[in-house]
Amino acid sequence: MQALVIVAHGSHLNPDSAAPTYAHADTIRETGVFDVVRTGFWKEEPSLREVLRTVSAEEVYVVPLFISEGYFTEQVIPRELRLEGWDVSAWDSDGLSATTATLAAADTGQTIHYCGPVGTHPAMTDVIIKRAETVTGDPTAGAGMGLAVVGHGTERNANSAKAIEYHAERIRDAGRFEEVHALYMDEEPEVDDVTEFFETEEIVVVPLFIADGFHTQEDIPEDMGLTEDYREGYPVPAEVDGHRIYYSGAVGTEPLMAEVILERAADAGADVGTARADVKAAAGAVARGD
Amino acid sequence: MSTAAFTALESALEESSIDYDGLSARMQEDGTYVLETPDAHVTTEALDAESAGEYTPWVQNWWYWQRLCGVRSPAGLRYLRMLERAETMEVPERMDKLHTGIATAWGQLTVLATVDEDGQRWYTVHHCEDGEEEDLEQLESPVDARALATFDADGRYRPLKSAPSLRRGWSFTGVPAARLVAVVGYLYPASIPNWDREQRGRLDVTHWRSTADRQTGIYGIIDELDKAAVDRVAATCCVDEECLKRREWGYDPDTPLAADGGTGAFPCREPCSLVVAAARKWTTLEREAAQTYELELTPSEAAQLSEIIDAVADGTTESIREADVGEGANRYRVRYLREKLFEDGRLPVEGSTGLFHRIVNRFT
Repeated sequence: MQALVIVAHGSHLNPDSAAPTYAHADTIRETGVFDVVRTGFWKEEPSLREVLRTVSAEEVYVVPLFISEGYFTEQVIPRELRLEGWDVSAWDSDGLSATTATLAAADTGQTIHYCGPVGTHPAMTDVIIKRAETVTGDPTAGAGMGLAVVGHGTERNANSAKAIEYHAERIRDAGRFEEVHALYMDEEPEVDDVTEFFETEEIVVVPLFIADGFHTQEDIPEDMGLTEDYREGYPVPAEVDGHRIYYSGAVGTEPLMAEVILERAADAGADVGTARADVKAAAGAVARGD
Repeated sequence: MSTAAFTALESALEESSIDYDGLSARMQEDGTYVLETPDAHVTTEALDAESAGEYTPWVQNWWYWQRLCGVRSPAGLRYLRMLERAETMEVPERMDKLHTGIATAWGQLTVLATVDEDGQRWYTVHHCEDGEEEDLEQLESPVDARALATFDADGRYRPLKSAPSLRRGWSFTGVPAARLVAVVGYLYPASIPNWDREQRGRLDVTHWRSTADRQTGIYGIIDELDKAAVDRVAATCCVDEECLKRREWGYDPDTPLAADGGTGAFPCREPCSLVVAAARKWTTLEREAAQTYELELTPSEAAQLSEIIDAVADGTTESIREADVGEGANRYRVRYLREKLFEDGRLPVEGSTGLFHRIVNRFT
């Protein structure tokens, strides 16, 4: 019996925060490859402290629905799940390369395969491209287009920017888009000046965030000049400084994200059968261009 | 009535004897069967309702729990058995009661366990304030329960699933056990495993001090709150008016909190994330030193301040009628008070830090 637990931040204020977590859990549950699929949250219920006891399986794959390795994945989640003997060295990661560590949960005795976050998985690159296809409505989007991958910024955590740059570089190398840049909310190069970084007339802007919230729905659209007031919404595409900007909202809401969660669990040893292909087929696979 | 329960028993006895919930059954070497209950026993050549009719409830009961139920988690199974009082009621009486339904209160839910003529249990869940006769929206999927738990009747987000703000007007009617457990799991997450641990004397309570000491990042400061403040936190957040879990945690293992923990069916084993987040705010507020303020009020105005605080704290402002100016928290009354007292958009109060300031002020 194998179980999957997807852990995410959640919110006391914003119901949209948990929405992608629920949606991807439902998608994976429907594939039937796990006996149980559950969600647990830092700010919602069941809490990270109690989610494991809602699963009776002896073996649990825990996948953090977070963008980067850092405070939450390295400290908060392992502590709250009571992973015995956890130390970040168990992941042996350079900040992007965490795959899994196997530990026991102190309160339940379960064997926990604690996976790296979805945001740093190579498959995430495809989700960003898929997001660009979705927002432009063009399954071949790329030629003559610019793509901005937007992150929160480093704050206290250098790994946060690493993840953004990692995917931007992979997309750039694949050559499907004319220009690719990594931009940030809180540091240089800033998303506010998005049009200054691109020669291309059309720019797709994909924020590497798990859920839509005030960053993706209020700050970024206003900062880029898509709208004066976020409450009035923004057009897609929006004309800014002679460029056409396709702004997509959080990448984490893209259905293909479910496949990345499955990849994480599979990398940790879960038997996911044909689920990855099934989810990919349902969500629409992408061609990176390479 | 289906013969499936007897057929299943027959094939089970070919493997081994059974002993379950008051029914013992075995196959003898001569191929006859012995059925025993606390009050009767029979030896029979055939296992069917005709030759073992009075044992039918027992056989069906075994069949349901051992073959049909479909719930694998031990906590879930014990919960389901609690719903029909399996530990205190013998099978015939239980089956009898189940035919009309056995109700259990769980948070704001009424869970009704019933049985059909084959012994299969079916469960109905609805809001405890809704009667079965009412015209209720019929829900099917456990995911519907998740959506139900997300917003209250006014469409506001519910950050706390155990807040007494579950909306009314819906029912999961006649669902099988596994779906019931999933529905309860969405409406009151982790309530079943925590209840089960408590029943078995194994509830792992984490008290305030250890929760506070564990926090890092922006919540690392909450260990500054003293016992009196934590008492206030619990009285603010954890009473039944705010949360239907029964608070079992105290200040530390040896120091209970004064606030009422509530009477909920299932326990709260640790300060939740809402309490921690609110405590962070109160920690920063409690860092401020108290000052003395002077403000002139009539006796009625002073009493009105209490009424306003009560109305906001109890969430009753919406229910005060528009023209009921007899209520201190009536909007017109409060607007009038604001007109009278405010200067430049606020109360004209200057704080002083008590006696020392008053003495200094007298001489300057």
